Amino acid sequence: MAYNLKQEASKPERFVGGHRLCAGCGAGVAVRGVLRALNDEDKSVSGVATSCLEVSSFLYPFTAWNDCFIHSAFENVAASVAGAEAAYKALKRKGKVKDNYKFIAFGGDGGTYDIGFQALSGAMERGHDMVYVCYDNEAYMNTGLQRSSATPKFAEVSTAPVGSKIPGKMQYKKDLTETIVAHNVPYVAQTTFTSNFKDFHEKAHKAHYTEGPAFLNILAPCPRGWRYPPEDLMAICKLAVDTCVWPLYEVVDGDWKLTYEPKTKLPVTDYLKPQGRFSHMFKPGAEWMLEDFQAHVDKKWERLLKKCK
Amino acid sequence: MIYVKDANLNLAWNEVNIGGNIYGGGTSLEVNTGDWRLLIPAWIEEKCKHCMLCFPTCADSSIPVKNEKREDFDFKHCKGCGVCFKVCPFGAITWEKEDK
Amino acid sequence: MGIRERLSGNEAVAIALKQINPDVLAAYPITPSTEVPQYFAQFVADGQVDTEFVAVESEHSAMSACITATAAGGRSATITSACGLALMWELLYVASGTRLPVTLAVVNRALSGPININNDHSDSMGARDSGWIQLYSENNQEAYDNYIMSLRIAEHKDVMLPVMTCQDGFITSHAIENIELLEDDKVKAFVGEYKPEHSLLSGESISMGPYDTPMFYFEHQYQRARAMVDSKQVILDVSKEFGDLTGRYYGLFEEYKMEDAERAIIVLNSTAGTAKAVCDELRAKGEKVGILKLRVYRPFPMEEIAKAISHVKAVAVMDKAESFSAAGGPVFTDVRSACYELATRPHIINYIYGLGGRDVPVDVIHFVFDELKKVVADNKPGEIYRHVGVRGV
Repeated sequence: MAYNLKQEASKPERFVGGHRLCAGCGAGVAVRGVLRALNDEDKSVSGVATSCLEVSSFLYPFTAWNDCFIHSAFENVAASVAGAEAAYKALKRKGKVKDNYKFIAFGGDGGTYDIGFQALSGAMERGHDMVYVCYDNEAYMNTGLQRSSATPKFAEVSTAPVGSKIPGKMQYKKDLTETIVAHNVPYVAQTTFTSNFKDFHEKAHKAHYTEGPAFLNILAPCPRGWRYPPEDLMAICKLAVDTCVWPLYEVVDGDWKLTYEPKTKLPVTDYLKPQGRFSHMFKPGAEWMLEDFQAHVDKKWERLLKKCK
Repeated sequence: MIYVKDANLNLAWNEVNIGGNIYGGGTSLEVNTGDWRLLIPAWIEEKCKHCMLCFPTCADSSIPVKNEKREDFDFKHCKGCGVCFKVCPFGAITWEKEDK
Repeated sequence: MGIRERLSGNEAVAIALKQINPDVLAAYPITPSTEVPQYFAQFVADGQVDTEFVAVESEHSAMSACITATAAGGRSATITSACGLALMWELLYVASGTRLPVTLAVVNRALSGPININNDHSDSMGARDSGWIQLYSENNQEAYDNYIMSLRIAEHKDVMLPVMTCQDGFITSHAIENIELLEDDKVKAFVGEYKPEHSLLSGESISMGPYDTPMFYFEHQYQRARAMVDSKQVILDVSKEFGDLTGRYYGLFEEYKMEDAERAIIVLNSTAGTAKAVCDELRAKGEKVGILKLRVYRPFPMEEIAKAISHVKAVAVMDKAESFSAAGGPVFTDVRSACYELATRPHIINYIYGLGGRDVPVDVIHFVFDELKKVVADNKPGEIYRHVGVRGV
């Protein structure tokens, strides 16, 4: 069925207001979008890794979740959701559960790329019928903007500050999406928020309704950590895509497909300039950083194009 | 079973839910996050084409849509981030300092 | 009248699990408990159970999966030892704090480091304050019986706490002994169905595992602490019911020739067997000695133990775990504290023994009883924090 935003917007909301995420937070937008892609008749169980999302969306006794929710720890959300999915299979087989449930694990980049990576790898390999969603805001925002392996090179974060000797984080961002592709899972996709959310929605829907494990990596900007005005959320996402810093693609049963190719590939400076975390890259003498960043993006983009043929 | 309306600091240990469970979803709607706002959006119904581009960008689920038509903001939960104002192609949303 | 068999402790637990047929079993291999998931995987492969067996990539994930499987309304179980239990640590507290009746069979083994694969109790003793009920087992029969009872205790509405049942690695986990098994239908009838009041898959909306602010956290912890207090009666009730079914009755602890004992040893798990043998030998010579074998360590039967040893002149508490407190092992400090309010109380000394699989022959028990003789004669305990079986000490 063709994507129809008006119809999607008319569905009952599964993630409601009153949570304590910051104004303009990418995580809230991501969760709403992922849950919206569920078919109306399906119920869901979401597990959330300890994160901004978790501590903001369920402070006893206030939950923003209209469906079922469970949190237990930081590094285990994939195993947690796998356990619920395993119980579902057993109980369904025994006729003890009537409704159809979908299982979703949400983690931030810290909970996914770093501390939760082992549990994620295990759950993907074992083939649980679940969707793992990483809302990637490129640092440990919940604890105050520390470096993660998802933090881009040169970004200024609190544990890789810009100093007189070292200009921010000195390593490139880990490519987690490719790593999950290497697990041979049936559906892997990378997306973010684009104008009408078609790319996002279609990927989330495919992820939910692909049998077996699926992985969605969602670039979910953090206005506080990235130091841009909150109202510019959608502009930042568009620049991430149009500069090819965050390409949109999916891998279905090992087949790579680019889902968006910018008509004009913009220079990375367009994306970096509006964000305070990269401001030191625009000072005199820092040109080499911009060149390095651009060269890395170009190289990754060319490789991706080859994979997608 | 404790409902949110009863959640207050007078509750004794045996009046709060076991393990911190909450039964029934969406209880955060009780929380007024509207008072976080510095700037407030306003919806100009005459200019709105109901294109819905604002709807999915709201982190606070504060743009209600019924039967494919958007309605006025949920000001109890809108934090005034301004993302919807920025994406509206028709000038149907304003975003200005809130008089409190 | 039961099924007579000859089984190792690991096989006994595996058979209990087969009879229980849990919804989810999530486990990761670690010596000496590995055999249990191996046997169980074969039951799955042969279609003898309809459990979802999740061969997780770590013990941390094993406990994580059990927590949510139980939250989802399933019955879940896992098995581990030593470092595996240590890796579960964080989640042990989550399981009890979220009030989920997970059951865990611990095959006790020394914690690293340095690494050692043999028996002591450093693993489960370290977890004694995690909000889990702990049951200890002298032999394969008790490991089997305790495990079957553990579900009923954990899932009782007044409890809703996870339970770990412990047995000694290699000593009972691998030694083959006679055992009397219950028939499958009797086990199934005894454990019944797990029907939680609320669960993730019941059709209702439920949120579990909140960020619990200072407004409510303390009340939730008090609930958990009260449940541990209340669990004592439930353990007694379930044990009575089990005794009526099998003829094997269990209490919070076993008093062996304690009635007129002047000297006593308090011990748990397999060493109790050795201690009883020595006790018999000394009794034959007319010595008034007795053994108190602790079965339930959490909740700690404080008043009951104090009462049981109040008439004894000298007690040695034997800890198969160090606590590195410089003030004695965990069981010792609990027992000694329990006796504080007694009008007349025994002298109580502590022996740390058997660490990392150090053999515990009858000589060790004889030595301890001899030392107690000196304590009685001197009417003072002398050094309280002692070690036995360490060369040069």
